Amino acid sequence: MALINKLPIITEKIPGGQIILSSVDFILNWSKESSLWPMSFGLACCAIEMMAAGAARYDMDRFGAGVFRASPRQCDLMIVAGTVNEKMSKRLRLLYDQMPEPKYVMAMGSCAISGGPYYYDSYNVVKGVDLIVPVDVHIPGCPPRPEALLFGLMQLQKKIKKESIKNG
Amino acid sequence: MADLDWVLALKNKFSDTVEEALSGCLVLPGEDIFRAVNFLKREYGFDYLMNLAAVDYKDRLAVVYNLYSFKLKEKANLKVILPRDNPAIESITEIYAAANWQEREAFDLMGINFTGHPDLRRILLPDDYTGHPLRKDYTKEGFLPMPAV
Repeated sequence: MALINKLPIITEKIPGGQIILSSVDFILNWSKESSLWPMSFGLACCAIEMMAAGAARYDMDRFGAGVFRASPRQCDLMIVAGTVNEKMSKRLRLLYDQMPEPKYVMAMGSCAISGGPYYYDSYNVVKGVDLIVPVDVHIPGCPPRPEALLFGLMQLQKKIKKESIKNG
Repeated sequence: MADLDWVLALKNKFSDTVEEALSGCLVLPGEDIFRAVNFLKREYGFDYLMNLAAVDYKDRLAVVYNLYSFKLKEKANLKVILPRDNPAIESITEIYAAANWQEREAFDLMGINFTGHPDLRRILLPDDYTGHPLRKDYTKEGFLPMPAV
């Protein structure tokens, strides 16, 4: 129903007909943003907050993003929740490469953003996951609360809304 | 600790064994460790390797063996001092299978070579990693020292 309610803003009905006109961009972006299936990518304590965000109280499913998949081939969104070390970084890149387009990455927490408040001087922690994969949204916090994760998700949805098929 | 049966027997059998006053550790020369551990296991029932650790004292390295005897309900702490350059010691995997991964960890992070180990390669860090990061003098590009608080 949500789409039908939004449609009149950008569509016009042909009088007497059963056809509605809309832009391809709108339909594509709407469907992309409303079914962001995240990958279960819990690496550290941020994963606990991610689980909380997915559970009943915060309910990420309201945004269509609660279907955590165990396989990268069924995912649109990689939430890197936790510390990425050098050994994991190769696996992370491999999983990212296996995801089908369109794909998005959220760096959740200080560790995924910059190597973390505690691990930045470690010998084996990657100083930010954006050194390995392109990141769309950074969510600061240690760990970020579920509200912050949901806010980051909404920011990503806003970003997807601005996409266009014109520029590839 | 000094008057325990097995300590006296160990000191008797391996005359170079010295007891550290503070920690109660028994310090042995490196070439004796295999036979000493074997002796304790066979004769006194130290059948459990609780831990195998490596220490960096800046001027020297050490390997610490923590054994436990379920029969005597006693712990044995053995220590071997090793030189900083090219530290090598005999592996005790033939006595305790549990020593396999512990020795790999000590090799990975401290760079101690366990001769006779069946599969001595890195266990925690990536295989192509260079250096042994738990050594006190370890440095790496992008490895920032902790700021003074």
